[in-house]
Amino acid sequence: MSTVLLLEQLLNGLQFGVMLFLMAAGLTLIFGVMGLINLAHGSLYMIGAFAAASVAGFTGSFLLALMAALAAAAAAGALIEVTVIRRLYARDHLDQVLATFALILILSEGTRWLFGSFPLYLDVPAWLAGPVRLPGGIDYPRYRLAVIAVGLAVAGGLAWLIAGTRLGIRIRAGEADREMIAALGVDISRLYTLVFALGAALAGLAGALVGAIQSVQVGMGEPVLILAFVVIVIGGIGSIRGAFVGALLVGLTDTAGRVFMPILMQPLVGQQQAATVGSALASVAIYVLMALVLLVRPAGLYGRA
Amino acid sequence: MGRERIVNAALAVLLLGVPLWAHWAGEPFTITLATRAAILALAGVGLNLALGTGGLVSLGHAVFFGLGGYAMGILAHHAQTFTPLPLWDLPGTKSMPVIWLVAITGGALMAALIGALSLRSSGVYFIMLTLAFGQMCFYFAVSSPTYGGEDGLSIWVRNGFPGLNTLDPLQFFLLAYAVLMAVIWAMARIKASPFGLALAAARQSPARLDAVGARPFRLRLVAFVISGAVTALAGALFADLNRFVSPSMLSWQTSGELIVIVVLGGVARLYGPVAGAILLVTLEHYLGGISEYWQIALGAALLAVVLFARGGLIGALAGRPVAHD
Repeated sequence: MSTVLLLEQLLNGLQFGVMLFLMAAGLTLIFGVMGLINLAHGSLYMIGAFAAASVAGFTGSFLLALMAALAAAAAAGALIEVTVIRRLYARDHLDQVLATFALILILSEGTRWLFGSFPLYLDVPAWLAGPVRLPGGIDYPRYRLAVIAVGLAVAGGLAWLIAGTRLGIRIRAGEADREMIAALGVDISRLYTLVFALGAALAGLAGALVGAIQSVQVGMGEPVLILAFVVIVIGGIGSIRGAFVGALLVGLTDTAGRVFMPILMQPLVGQQQAATVGSALASVAIYVLMALVLLVRPAGLYGRA
Repeated sequence: MGRERIVNAALAVLLLGVPLWAHWAGEPFTITLATRAAILALAGVGLNLALGTGGLVSLGHAVFFGLGGYAMGILAHHAQTFTPLPLWDLPGTKSMPVIWLVAITGGALMAALIGALSLRSSGVYFIMLTLAFGQMCFYFAVSSPTYGGEDGLSIWVRNGFPGLNTLDPLQFFLLAYAVLMAVIWAMARIKASPFGLALAAARQSPARLDAVGARPFRLRLVAFVISGAVTALAGALFADLNRFVSPSMLSWQTSGELIVIVVLGGVARLYGPVAGAILLVTLEHYLGGISEYWQIALGAALLAVVLFARGGLIGALAGRPVAHD
């Protein structure tokens, strides 16, 4: 029983971590290349989820819904970059925080205006529904397994994109010295728009994938956004590898905390309160993890101090 | 300095005059709105010392605001249920001066703790760390079933102040207004003091400050502690105004709103938060009455200020884009 439970929770943690990575990768890329702190990243996640839920509602196709999420989030990202974000690269962090906070207000209320306050639902497609039996006799939801696979595939793809393609070379060059690559004839503002849209698309994909597990509603992006911030701080801001390791660490810590904290709290606060107290303390565990990492390595695990 | 002084005086008179007029015209709700603006302005004045003068972008000031709120909620809760406090077996209290003292002390201690840990980093890491500590406190409040958990705490009757009837909207407003003016006066003294000048220097050129032997870390920590204490005092008043405190006072959106108040009015301006709070409460009330999606307009206004009017409202009125402090 306990090994099965443990393995199941390990997979849950992995699934959550992989989702966080999709969010954190975009954030850390945008910060690494453009030096921008983007609070509105959670709104792009929300846009992806809403696009997926409405397209799935019209067409009934989950794959079309995923593509719609990617396209809508990328388009929204590009639009935001060209109209607002572009003016913020040379500004200090305060201006960036404020302007992207303003974007959250606009995008959240705009979405509420279009779709209303009631949550939408995105169904898991029939071919991914139901459990699958894993070696060792564990029944695990097929959909969550697929999410882990997609997340790992995207992580692999992203690593290849950064390390092995022309675009990746430009992105890395942009991180290292933006004046120089502009001087070498790379259209820097197009590169920035592209990177921003790429990050947005990843966030939108995460939103759509999670949308089939949770409900799709306004404000769904902000809790994930804050966790993604914790991830990139742990991993080192600007590092994709750090984002991956940090995401898995946070995902596993959060899941383990949610399962074991209520059990640990039971003798202290009694059965009824244990669930609430335990899950809230599990949320605190992540921040304790972050504080510990920063005490040992102030610039994060893979950060350049 | 001349024009900014005139603007400041006009703001102070406006904030006092509107509720006096409302009292005469028999519109108590307007007095409540003005009280809300005065208290939010107080919170902004606290944040402004760290954010404006010190250049410390704290996305976690809701911690202090909420801590002040919970100081009020917990003390009044024990007083109205006639139960002793969990520690030291002391009774609760309904007296504002005592509550304020507890809020200020609590805010200062919490700011010392968070500041000592976060101020070792800077830039984005500082923003993230303050945000993370804020979330930690938020979840801690959610997890405390004794004090209402997610639902928060209500108190039945507003707490008392010796010699005043705080249930009368005008008297409560005047109390909040007096606190605000006293704190603004103190802030002006702090900013003009050697400490305030050194703090501003630590923002403008930390390396030079280091070279003359002052330590930016200590200056910033002291500023952060004062800032946290003032914001906690505002939190206690805010909870008293609503007779309610909940974890939402600790949420990161509250931290964002506090920054919005400071920036809308004008960063590092003495009366910036006053202008910002009046503007925010007015927008909230009038736009909120027109459409329930008024936050779109707030977002757009905020974007416009960030992108095109960097001095905020006071900058626009007093004519200088950036404050020289």
